[in-house]
Amino acid sequence: MTRFMEDSLGWLNFGVFAASAVALLFIVLFVVCYLIYFERKFIGWMQYRVGPNRVGPFGLLQSIADVAKLLLKEDVIPKRADRDLFVLAPVLTFIPAFTVLAVIPYTEELYFTNLNVGVLYYIAVSGISIIGIVIAGWASNNSYSLLGAMRSGAQMISYEIPLVMSILGTVLISGSMNIRTIVIEQEGWFWNWNIFPQIIGFLVFMVAAVAELARTPFDLPEAENELVAGYHVEYTGFRFAFFMLSEYVYMIAMSGLATAIFLGGWHAPAPFLDFIPGIVWFLLKWAFCVFFLFWLRATMPRVRIDQLMTFGWRYLIPLSLVNIFLTAIIMQIVR
Amino acid sequence: MSEETKKPTEAGDQDTLKPAEPAAAETPKQAAEPETKREEPASAEPSKPAEAAAPKPAGGEKPAAAPKAADPDRAARDAARAERLAARAAAKAAGGAGGAAAGADGAAAAEAPPKEPSPNQPKLDRLVAILKEQIGEDAVVEAYINEMDRHTPTVVADKNRWHDIALLLRDHPELKLHYLRNLSGVDYETHLETVYHLVNLQEKLTYCFKVRTDREQAEIPSVADVWSGANWNEREAYDLLGIRFTGHPNLVRIMLPDDWVGHPLRKDYVPVDPEV
Amino acid sequence: MTVRTEELILNVGPQHPSTHGVLRLILHLDGEVITKAIPVIGYLHRGTEKLAENLNYTQIIPYTDRMDYVSAMTNNYVLCHTVETAMGIEVPERAEYIRVICMELQRIASHLVWWGTYLLDLGALSPFLYAFKDREDILNFFNELTGARMTYNYMRVGGVKWDVPDTWIERVKDFVQYMKKRVDEYEALVSGNEIFLNRVKGIGIIDAKTALDYGLSGPALRSAGVKWDLRRNEPYSIYDRFDFDIPVGKTGDCLDRYTVRIEEIRQSLRILEQALAQFPSDGEIMGKVPRVIRPPEGEVYVRIESPRGEIGCHLVSKGKQEPYRLKFRRPSFWNLQILSELLVGESMSNLIAILGGTDIILGEVDA
Repeated sequence: MTRFMEDSLGWLNFGVFAASAVALLFIVLFVVCYLIYFERKFIGWMQYRVGPNRVGPFGLLQSIADVAKLLLKEDVIPKRADRDLFVLAPVLTFIPAFTVLAVIPYTEELYFTNLNVGVLYYIAVSGISIIGIVIAGWASNNSYSLLGAMRSGAQMISYEIPLVMSILGTVLISGSMNIRTIVIEQEGWFWNWNIFPQIIGFLVFMVAAVAELARTPFDLPEAENELVAGYHVEYTGFRFAFFMLSEYVYMIAMSGLATAIFLGGWHAPAPFLDFIPGIVWFLLKWAFCVFFLFWLRATMPRVRIDQLMTFGWRYLIPLSLVNIFLTAIIMQIVR
Repeated sequence: MSEETKKPTEAGDQDTLKPAEPAAAETPKQAAEPETKREEPASAEPSKPAEAAAPKPAGGEKPAAAPKAADPDRAARDAARAERLAARAAAKAAGGAGGAAAGADGAAAAEAPPKEPSPNQPKLDRLVAILKEQIGEDAVVEAYINEMDRHTPTVVADKNRWHDIALLLRDHPELKLHYLRNLSGVDYETHLETVYHLVNLQEKLTYCFKVRTDREQAEIPSVADVWSGANWNEREAYDLLGIRFTGHPNLVRIMLPDDWVGHPLRKDYVPVDPEV
Repeated sequence: MTVRTEELILNVGPQHPSTHGVLRLILHLDGEVITKAIPVIGYLHRGTEKLAENLNYTQIIPYTDRMDYVSAMTNNYVLCHTVETAMGIEVPERAEYIRVICMELQRIASHLVWWGTYLLDLGALSPFLYAFKDREDILNFFNELTGARMTYNYMRVGGVKWDVPDTWIERVKDFVQYMKKRVDEYEALVSGNEIFLNRVKGIGIIDAKTALDYGLSGPALRSAGVKWDLRRNEPYSIYDRFDFDIPVGKTGDCLDRYTVRIEEIRQSLRILEQALAQFPSDGEIMGKVPRVIRPPEGEVYVRIESPRGEIGCHLVSKGKQEPYRLKFRRPSFWNLQILSELLVGESMSNLIAILGGTDIILGEVDA
C-alpha cells in the first residue's frame, strides 16, 4: 500500500484504492454477519445452551437468514414522522462507522490512509453517528423514542471525553497522532506495547469504549431501556438493520483501534515470532477484544442511567486526566 | 346456617348437635345478650361435672383446664375425638337423644358429657370484656369459640361501632392486633358478612371478627385507615359481593372491568350477558 | 418566559417485557420521577372462588394449581390441609414427609424462577438460564412423581395421590447436594457484583411498621426485620421436627429481600436433607378419609408459608360436598398493595428493581 500511496495519483492507483475499499466493505459486512453469529453462539455456550444450530450446518447460515428476513420486511414509515430525517438517520449513523475503518492499520503494508491526525479523525467521525441517533429519535415522532435517543445521545457524548483523553497518553508517548506511527513505536517485545505504561489509560479506554458502543453493562439504548423504548423503535426492516450493522461495525473498529493503540497492532509478542504474518497477530488481538465484549454481555447486569452519568463524569474523566498528567511528568523525568 | 359451636363430626354423623336457633336471620342481633350470657354459665358449669365426667370416658382424656395455647390443634382434635366416643357411649347408655333443647345445659350435662371449656375461652372473655368496657355494651353482637378452627375466639361485632372497635383492637395495649391477615366477604343468603382475621405477632394471639350487614343496603365501615392492607381487600369484597365500605378512599372495582354489572360472588348473581 | 411542564402519564401496560404477568401500572411521571403509581389488576381473574362453590373438594385441587402456578404444591397443600383441619383427618407419616419434600423442592424452584427473572430484568442475561437449568431438574422430579411439570394436582385430602417412584428419594438427595454448591456459585456470580449492588442497595425500603400495617408476609416481611415464618411460628404438617433458621433482613431494601430469598433456598435444602434422611421406608400415603368428603358445618382459616408469603384458605362449609364459600388469601395480592406507596418518588429505573423484588405471580394476585 505504501507504494501505491507514494506514487502520484493515476488511474491504476485509483483503481487499486477503489477496489480495496470495496473489498474491505464486503469483508467487513461478512465479518459483521458472522460476528453476530459468534456472539449468539458464544453467549449461548456461556449460558449452558448451544446457540443457533438449525439453519445450515452448525447454524452458520443463521445470519444470512436474518439479513434476508430484514430485507424482506415491509418498510413502514409512521405517518406523522418527518420523512426526510427518518430516512436520513440510519444512513447518518452507518456511514461514519465504515469511514473510521480507513485509519486503522491492519499490517505494516495493509493500511488505507496514513493520516497525521488519525486519532482525531477517528473520534471526530465517530461522533457524527451520535447525530444520526438523535435525529432518529426526533424523526420518529414518538415521545418515548425521543427520550431514548436523548439518553443514548447523553451517554455517548459523555463517554467520548474519557475515550479521547485515555488515548492522549499513548499519543504523548508515541509523539504522534498518526495511528500507524503509534503502532510502529510499539515494536519489539510485548512489554513495549502501550498497555503496560498506559495501564490506567487502557482501563479507562475499555470502559469508555463499552459505553460508546452501548454494549452491556451500558446497554440502555439497546435493551428495552427499562420500559421506555429505544430510539430505533419505529424503524423496521433494513433501516433497522442499519442501526444494528453500525453497532457491530463500530465494535470491529473500536476493537481494531484498541489493538492498534494499546496492544501493539501487527507486532508479535516476541521478535523471534516474526515469521508469523502480522495480519495473524492483528486478528488474534482483535478477536480477543471482541470476545471480551461478548463475555461482558453474558455476565454483567445493566447500570442505571444516573449511575452511568455519574460514573462517566465523576470518575472516568478525572482518572484520564490524572493519566495524562502522570504520563507527561514521567516522560519529562525519563527523557 | 348458624354459627353455633359444634364438635367436628365425621361425615354424616351428627350425634351431639346443638340445634340451630329458629329463624336465625334476625335473632343473632336480638339474641346477642342471651347468647353471650349463655356462654358464660356454660363454661362455668361444666367445670365441676367435668371432673366428675373425667373418669367416665375410657382411655385417659386430657384434662380440660390445661390451656395449651401452643398446641391447641392436636389437643382439640384428640379431645374432640375422645369426647365423641364418650358421647356416643353415653348416648347409648342413656338411651335417649343427646343434644338438649337450647339453653337447658344443666339437663344436657346429665345425659351427655358436657363440653369442656375451650383453652381459649379466657382470651375470648377478656376480649369481650375489653370491648364492652371501652366501646359499649352493644359493641359485641355475639362471641364464641370456633372449635373447628383450632379454637379461634370469634366475635361478631356491631356494624355501627366497627370502626371504633378496629381502632381499639389495633391500639389497646393488651391486644395490639397490628397484623390483619385476612379479610373475606361471605354471602349468607339472608345477610352479607365480612370476616377479619387479626394477629398479634409477638404474643401469637389470633382473633376472628365478623361484621354483618343486610343484602340490599350492604354497608360496612371501612377499616382501610386502620390497617392499610385492608384497602384492596375491601375493594375486592365490594367488587365481588357488593358490600359498600363507607369511608374507603377509593372504592372502585378491582378484579372485574369497570363497566361490569352485578356482583358475581353473590348467591343470586345472574350475569347480564349469559354468554360471558 | 415560563416553561410549561406537563405531567406525563405512562402506561406500563399489561403486556410486559419482563415475565411478571399481566399487570398494568399507571404511572404519573414528573420527568424521571414517579409521582403516583396505580397498579391495575384483574386481567387474570378467572373466578376460582365462584367456581369452587359448585365443585367438590377434590375437584377444586386442580384449580388451586393454577393460582400460583410457579408454586403449585403449596397451593395444593393449603386446600387439602384446610379440609383436613375442618374434618379432623390424620395424615399418615409417609404422606406428610412426601408433602414436605414436595413443598420444599417447590420453594427452591419458585425462588430460582424469581432469581433468574429478577436478574434478567436488571440486565444480566446468564443467571436466568442457570436458574432454569436447575429448575429443570426439580421439574423432572415432579414429573416423575406426579405426571406434570407445573400444575400437579397431586395432594389429596388426607394424603397424596401417588407414592414416590423407585430411587426417587436417592436422586433427590443427590440433587440437594448438587444444589448446595450451585447456590454458592450463584452468590459468587451475582451477590458481590458492584453493578448489581448499586441497583438494589437502599432501593425500595420498607420498614417493619409499614410492612405489618399492609399485611405483608413472606420474604417481604422478613426483610423488614420481622421474624415471622409460619413454618416456625404456627407450625403445620411436620415442620416442627426439622431444624432450620429463619433469615431476617435488616433494612428492608431490595438487597435484603434478595439475600433473604437466597438464604431461604439454603434453609430449604437443609430441611430437605433432614426430611430425606428421616423418610419412612414404608407406610400409607392416604389417611382414613370417608368416601364422600363433607366437612362439617362451620368455618376455618388455615394458612401456610408459600414462597411468596402467607397463603391462606378461608372455608365456610355447610356440611355439603361443595364449599359454601372458599376464599383464598393470596400473598401476592397483599404484597402488591404496598407498591403504590413504595414507588412514589422513585425513578423509572428503580421501578424495575422494586417490582422484581416484590416477587408477585399474577395468577395469584387475580385468582
